[in-house]
Amino acid sequence: MADTTDDQPGARAEAEPILRLSGVSKRFPGVKALEGMRLDLYAGHTTALVGENGAGKSTLVKILTGIYTPDTGSLVVDGVERTIHSPRDAWADGITAIHQEPVMFDELSVAENIFMGHMPVDRRGLIDWSSMIARTTELLERIEADFAAKTQLKRLGVAQKHMVEIARALSHDARIVIMDEPTAALSAREIDDLFRIVADLKRQGRAILFISHKFDEIFRVADRWTCLRDGCLVGEGLIAETTEDELVKLMVGRSIDQVFPKREVAIGEPVLEVAGLSNATEYADISFTLHKGEILGFYGLVGAGRSETMQGLMGISPPTRGTIRINGHEARIAAPADAIDAGIAYVPEDRQIQGAVTALGIRENMSLASLAKTANKTGFVAYAAELARTRDLGSKLAVKAAHWDQKLMELSGGNQQKVVIAKWLATKPQILILDEPTKGIDIGSKAAVHAIMADLAAEGLGIILVSSELPEVMGMSDRIVVMAEGRMVRVFDRAGATPEKIVSVATGGMA
Amino acid sequence: MTQIVTRRELVLAFIIVAMVLLIGVRAPVFLSFDNLRFVVTDTSVLIMMALAQMTVILTRGIDLSVAANLALTGMLVALLSRALPGLPIPVVMLVALLIGAGLGLVNGLLIAGLGIPPIVVTLGTLAIYRGAIFIVAGGAWLTSKDMTEAFLAFPKAEFLGLSSLTWVALVVTIGFYVFMTLTRTGRGLYAVGGNPVAARYCGVSLRLSQVLVYTLAGTISGLAGYLWVARFGIAYADIGIGYELTVIASCVIGGVSIAGGIGSVIGTVLGALFLGVVANALPLINISPFWQMAISGAVILAAVIVNTRSEWKPQKLILHEARRAAAGGQK
Repeated sequence: MADTTDDQPGARAEAEPILRLSGVSKRFPGVKALEGMRLDLYAGHTTALVGENGAGKSTLVKILTGIYTPDTGSLVVDGVERTIHSPRDAWADGITAIHQEPVMFDELSVAENIFMGHMPVDRRGLIDWSSMIARTTELLERIEADFAAKTQLKRLGVAQKHMVEIARALSHDARIVIMDEPTAALSAREIDDLFRIVADLKRQGRAILFISHKFDEIFRVADRWTCLRDGCLVGEGLIAETTEDELVKLMVGRSIDQVFPKREVAIGEPVLEVAGLSNATEYADISFTLHKGEILGFYGLVGAGRSETMQGLMGISPPTRGTIRINGHEARIAAPADAIDAGIAYVPEDRQIQGAVTALGIRENMSLASLAKTANKTGFVAYAAELARTRDLGSKLAVKAAHWDQKLMELSGGNQQKVVIAKWLATKPQILILDEPTKGIDIGSKAAVHAIMADLAAEGLGIILVSSELPEVMGMSDRIVVMAEGRMVRVFDRAGATPEKIVSVATGGMA
Repeated sequence: MTQIVTRRELVLAFIIVAMVLLIGVRAPVFLSFDNLRFVVTDTSVLIMMALAQMTVILTRGIDLSVAANLALTGMLVALLSRALPGLPIPVVMLVALLIGAGLGLVNGLLIAGLGIPPIVVTLGTLAIYRGAIFIVAGGAWLTSKDMTEAFLAFPKAEFLGLSSLTWVALVVTIGFYVFMTLTRTGRGLYAVGGNPVAARYCGVSLRLSQVLVYTLAGTISGLAGYLWVARFGIAYADIGIGYELTVIASCVIGGVSIAGGIGSVIGTVLGALFLGVVANALPLINISPFWQMAISGAVILAAVIVNTRSEWKPQKLILHEARRAAAGGQK
């Protein structure tokens, strides 16, 4: 559809931006999320913000909506310098956002969800329910929603909840509307409806920041684009003057300059054969073979179903169909304990939540997954054996700690991750699944984790590496499985993989 | 405010009525107007305290110090009234409200300001407040002989056939109803407890909400402290000991979710009435008070089982057809 660019965007672009963000930097412990970022938004224009997973898009949205305060940088709205410290400041500046995941209140009504934080009140300061219901009804009619203002939110489906988010953004009557992957949960018809709303907003002279991974959508609704990579601005321009190829190149742009300690290892017998693994809503028809000594990468956008597939393999959310064979024998995995017995170890994505017990020491953490094997016949934990194994694994993985009983909360993220990996190695697995193993840890520790992976593969372990970091997947894997929307879309050989091809396949381009 | 009364509340109301009638069959005196009036009077303080506790639990908190606050404030106003016998009762009540609010504010500041878990903070202040009673009174008991006529008279007074305690509870209940349904702050408490992250995105502050609810719980405890001491004509270190658990039980029976974000004024009042009826009825039909505790306990567990929403972790909708089905499956 070319209807979005039929007036002359070139001429309008000369105009002053309604919002200008410049020199914005934001650091988190160990990570720099944004560095000297600039962003211009223009009235009546839709600007697409593109970038890979983790490029800093969400951080930027959170800064604009007052969830995060930037370390440095300035924000100019309508030529006036502003600071945003809270969501209320953002509203005051006319900025509102539709967030990626609906953030709402299941127990409250649609009307309350839309007006939470800014409910209309009467002269006595009491909530004016009738006006709130009336305004909600009006908003719902405007976006052609098929539910009532008083409906309790938990009775709505996912797409309907998204409509509520949209209505909430509209309720602020904002001049600047941020849409963070607003189509993620919508069907084709609902996406059309959403784009009609976007066109309406543009006609009313509002500025829209549109974040999406889907290029067809970007080329359909956006007038301008801004590209982020590793927290920095790498390019901006008019949509009419660019191509999908050019944007993909900019997004992945970096040469893989990082050196990965990948080693040539003789690939052995198949250790894990998965056929037709599916569950009801998260993944379907997953089939692959993992060999001894092989590192199999899984790449996809955030939310492509990679972690869910791994959780299926682990028996955390058991699959409804499909077979898993380990060393040629069919394995029945109904619970994580079955998977551990079968020789699968899973280092989950969220180290803090699912992996490390930070209040316990290194020795206790390392034994958690293998307590049954540590305990002697009486059921008590054999302390000497436990300590010896902790020392073994700890030195093998080069865990830096004052002593083996040091609490995990006192260790760096990288060292915590090593302990979590060691915990699973203690179960003597044949298959090791690492889910985002280097997320949020410093470069030195990343290199150490990569070295450990290479060593383990050389010892004959089959390793699955789930990662959203393209250089890591490409640098460490023998083969790369690309997933999108819960399905495998393509498997690349190490030799045949290029960043452009992988990103293109993962974002639904030519498969 | 999608519905004024939920089905769950109707069921609870039905159970209370059925219980009253059944007990009436065994002991007809229970059904007399005087007795029912007494039951409500006897439950008035519990209703007020449970409503305040509800606001705390809504924000995913808990206040264990309310009964200690009640006892300390009760002792302090009794001492005040002994020292200044001429003080008008409205002033005494105001002082009770202020002392209670101050003690509650301490909880709120520690929880919101220092981020200490509510159960730890209020367990600490519970002990401190109980200990303080002993210190301020020098270990003495104050009895009705130490209190003025006017001080003792208020809780026993009647207006239009109902006790002043009942009237106070009624005013407090209406106040809470208006607060929870018709003010931004009140609706914000549901938001903070239901989804703290989303509340933050909406500009609703968890910390301010916490300071508010603990202060509110303290204020009501302070008022209850005066009413309690004046009604029974006695103040000492152990009054209302363990009463915080009855207060919390009222909330749970009334459908307030300990996980936060769910609870209503009507449900909480019914929860308190339920326990009030049990406490007053069982002795009448010769059931020992020990059974009373067991019955309360069983009802709490039953209420929690009813409240527990299915706990399974919902699967994500990733597959295209699953998303379409979810989107189309709903009306």
